[in-house]
Amino acid sequence: MASGIIFNIQRYSIHDGPGIRTTVFLKGCPLNCWWCHNPESQNIHQEIVFWPDRCLNCGDCLKACAKKALTIRNDAFFTDKSKCELCASCVKACFTEARELIGKQISTEEAMEEIKKDIIFYDQSGGGVTFSGGEPLMQGRFLQELLLACQKEYIHTTVDTSGYAPWEVLKGISKLTNLFLYDIKLIDERKHIKFTGVSNRLVLDNLQRLTEEKMKIIIRVPIIPHINDDADNILQTGRLMQSLGLKEINLLPYHGTAASKYERRAETYPLKNQGTPSEDKMQDISSLLTDLGLNVKVGG
Amino acid sequence: MKERVAKLRKESLETVPSISLERARLVTEAYKMYEGKVSVPVLRALTFKYLMENKTICINEGELIVGERGPSPQATPTYPELCCHSLEDMEVMHSRETISFFVNEEAKKIQEEVIIPHWKGKSMRDLLLNSMTDQWKDCYAAGIFTEFMEQRSPGHTVADDKIYQKGLIDLMQDIVKSIKGLDFFNDTYAYEKQEELNAMLICADAVLTFARRHAEKAAEMAELETDPIRKKELEEIAEICERVPARKPTTFREALQMYWFIHLGVITELNTWDSFCPGKLDQHLYPFYKADMAQGILSPEGAKELLQCFWVKFNNQPAPPKVGITLEESGTYTDFCNINIGGLKPDGTDGVNELSYMLLEIINEMRILQPSTNIQVSRKNPDKFIQKASEVIRKGLGQPSVFNTDAVIEELLRQGKSIEDARCGGISGCVETGAFGKEAYILTGYFNLVKVLEITLYNGMDPRTGKLIGIQTGNPRYFTSFEQLMDAFKEQLKHFIDIKIQGNNIIEKLYALHMPSPFLSIIISDCIEKGKDYHDGGARYNTNYIQGVGIGSITDSLSAFKYHVFEEKTLTMDELFTALEDDFKGNEKIRQLLLNLTPKYGNDNDYADNIMQTVFDAFYAEVNGRKNMKGGVYRINMLPTTCHVYFGSVIGATPDGRKNGDVLSEGISPVQGADRKGPTAVIKSAAKMDHLRTGGTLLNQKFTPQVLEGNEGLIKLTHLIRSYFKLDGHHIQFNVISAETLRNAQAEPEKYRDLIVRVAGYSDYFRNLNKKLQDEIIARTEHDSM
Repeated sequence: MASGIIFNIQRYSIHDGPGIRTTVFLKGCPLNCWWCHNPESQNIHQEIVFWPDRCLNCGDCLKACAKKALTIRNDAFFTDKSKCELCASCVKACFTEARELIGKQISTEEAMEEIKKDIIFYDQSGGGVTFSGGEPLMQGRFLQELLLACQKEYIHTTVDTSGYAPWEVLKGISKLTNLFLYDIKLIDERKHIKFTGVSNRLVLDNLQRLTEEKMKIIIRVPIIPHINDDADNILQTGRLMQSLGLKEINLLPYHGTAASKYERRAETYPLKNQGTPSEDKMQDISSLLTDLGLNVKVGG
Repeated sequence: MKERVAKLRKESLETVPSISLERARLVTEAYKMYEGKVSVPVLRALTFKYLMENKTICINEGELIVGERGPSPQATPTYPELCCHSLEDMEVMHSRETISFFVNEEAKKIQEEVIIPHWKGKSMRDLLLNSMTDQWKDCYAAGIFTEFMEQRSPGHTVADDKIYQKGLIDLMQDIVKSIKGLDFFNDTYAYEKQEELNAMLICADAVLTFARRHAEKAAEMAELETDPIRKKELEEIAEICERVPARKPTTFREALQMYWFIHLGVITELNTWDSFCPGKLDQHLYPFYKADMAQGILSPEGAKELLQCFWVKFNNQPAPPKVGITLEESGTYTDFCNINIGGLKPDGTDGVNELSYMLLEIINEMRILQPSTNIQVSRKNPDKFIQKASEVIRKGLGQPSVFNTDAVIEELLRQGKSIEDARCGGISGCVETGAFGKEAYILTGYFNLVKVLEITLYNGMDPRTGKLIGIQTGNPRYFTSFEQLMDAFKEQLKHFIDIKIQGNNIIEKLYALHMPSPFLSIIISDCIEKGKDYHDGGARYNTNYIQGVGIGSITDSLSAFKYHVFEEKTLTMDELFTALEDDFKGNEKIRQLLLNLTPKYGNDNDYADNIMQTVFDAFYAEVNGRKNMKGGVYRINMLPTTCHVYFGSVIGATPDGRKNGDVLSEGISPVQGADRKGPTAVIKSAAKMDHLRTGGTLLNQKFTPQVLEGNEGLIKLTHLIRSYFKLDGHHIQFNVISAETLRNAQAEPEKYRDLIVRVAGYSDYFRNLNKKLQDEIIARTEHDSM
């Protein structure tokens, strides 16, 4: 049986597909979007983060670190990543949960156990499971097995993807997936490379192939001010959808809640000072797309 | 909202609750005239008659439904035969920060010169406390349990449909028939029955007099009235009061007035806990509504206006003043009249009708404290009904709460009620299941499960006083297994439940002997047929309840022992005891361990949830099926009103990480902040309790408004409710408000005077809650889904 690495299983997830859902967040992503609101999802390996507000400064974590990777420098904790073996002794020693191990190796069976807990809510609401990330397709075999297991339990499945994966991987899961939430971040290839780190050719090719397979797809566009909220990009996205015969589009306005996540990881957030798009702006974008005959929804 | 209603509503909201000694004075005069000369039921009836004949009749300007309990709106009577307040009590009522009552100098004078001299040492409260053992008193003082009948009389009951089918004259004929059937040759209780039935006759007649006095007053006012419209209204009022409650109502308006006179009768006769309630109002009124509409004498707008006038009447009657522990366990003006909307008809079909939706609109428009409201949800009811109710819930009014009517019916059937009686039943008070119009289901007091654990941890001693009030079940520091601890807890539980029930059984007899309620007995089946009082087993069904409090706190505390001390050995007994005794001072690390790294109830985690089931089963096994004195049995329910605050204040630090004196978990909700996996996990955990073996459970969920935004938010809330009910959940209520709003309201209460929040089984004005309770509501987990 396959296993994979996840960073969260969120129950009562009500914005990632129909009904009441459980969202399984798989860790690891081939993209590196500037606005990423789940920085803990990018790396496919485990990592340890630190919540300064919770720390009582008891020093138990320092004592617990056998490799002496954790030290105090300038009155603050410092982790020497070259020495840290991610044994998580410091996490176990911390009673306040100030040190948290992100990423859990989990078997299909374990994941299913958690997923099955809310079946009564899925049945009632027409909900199910959403596999998100990171990029779930990065762990294709694991994802495939999870989807198969869900199918056996008659659980509705949704895959929330950037579309950035070899077609073979996508094809391998497409028939097991009831619904795709498919991201189109930018149509312009140069901009796509600049802001996500990769070209969008594969993304757009895969989208075309999926539509040829007659899969049920909802397009999702994160709206990031000054990056992809210009009329050009919006219209091009809409026209692409028209040409592929796609109708449903969700707009996800950028929100700045991730800033503290970057702090916890001792990283800088490229969009630290970015504001959220105004309601008027969202309304304008919605109108542009509605005029093209698309069903627009703001939020998931 | 029509101008008339807006005015009446405003007056009701702005009038300061005050104490009226009119009732106390009249009762005292009546006792002086009759006591010792007639049997006790007849004494009570003659007292009631004297009240009905002499109390001030009040018809407020513009109102369509008439009658006040006091001489004017918000003027609240006292019941010296139940509880004789000291002058100091009166001072406290007047000056306390919350739930205060204005007491004028004249009232104090009457209390001092007339009421206290007659009632001091003679009230039920004195009689009751004098009848209790020292052991009972020690437990009561320690906060092991509370006693509902200490200041209020038993009265947990609700109207069924009989008052819409029979007038008081019809009921008097039934009483006469029962008197004629008495067998003085063979029935050893014939005399008692005769006295009770005679008392009922006097009471029924007294209410007829009371109604007639309203008719006369209205006619007088009509004569003097210059506004032709109001003149006509007053004439109509006079006509209606001539007809009901003497005869059965024939119109929608008469039906409302009929109920209101009966309601006033019940709450004037005694201070029943809870106050009376119309129960399934939408279903009772629907035939009248349909008939009036067909005849063209009523429009939907007209019906709504009448209902809104009716609503104001409830709000004009605050719960009579409470003092001491009774105030602590139920610190509110609300008197727990809880109207049931929707549910099933007696034949088991969908009971939702046009009036159900109209009542939801009224809740939304009126936004007043009383009456409380709930929706009864059956799998047979349409989703539209829940969604319409959710629209109101989303406004953050704390109303209506939501009940699983299919579970309520199953609970009643399990208790041996007939299927029709079960379907005509519902809930009252906070969440309590009952067969409306046919059952005396008496809540006898809250029971502090967590305190029993604390006493167990100290080998029978109360650590706050050093008194040995429990039994010696061993020093837990030497226990070697979790089972040993549980066994000790169960022994203590039996000990304290024994004390509580022994006391209850005496109190029940005291009420049967000294404080019958012949008027209430007229309208509860089968008191007339049996010739027996409601307090003496006259009702068709007789159930007593003990309400368990703190299931979340005790579960998490036991989980900490099991996990950290006996299994993982992260802590030794000594380390844990030291931390608790020091109230975690200098031991914040241990507190964090207990808070963060312990399996907790409310997360759909079997480890903790199994402990909850074990505690629930132990409580159930100890109480359920024990005999009461009315031929019925004891059962349990799980609700706290505001008692989780008081019960927390008598308990030191607990192993769930709770500090000395902090609140306990409320109802069957998880400990505040312990649930971290969202509402579906809370629901799954809560549903692992076997609700069908209770007479009511209370689950509180707090949502910020964002979660419920849009049509989709309503649909998802509906699914959440349906799912919980599929799992046999009994009740769920929603506080929809942001923590920020609440903090603002705490800082500047004057700006948030209308802010109503769901407390626990009822809603209250946020500004009327004490700070601890306010803090607790703020702290309740916000399930704001990211």
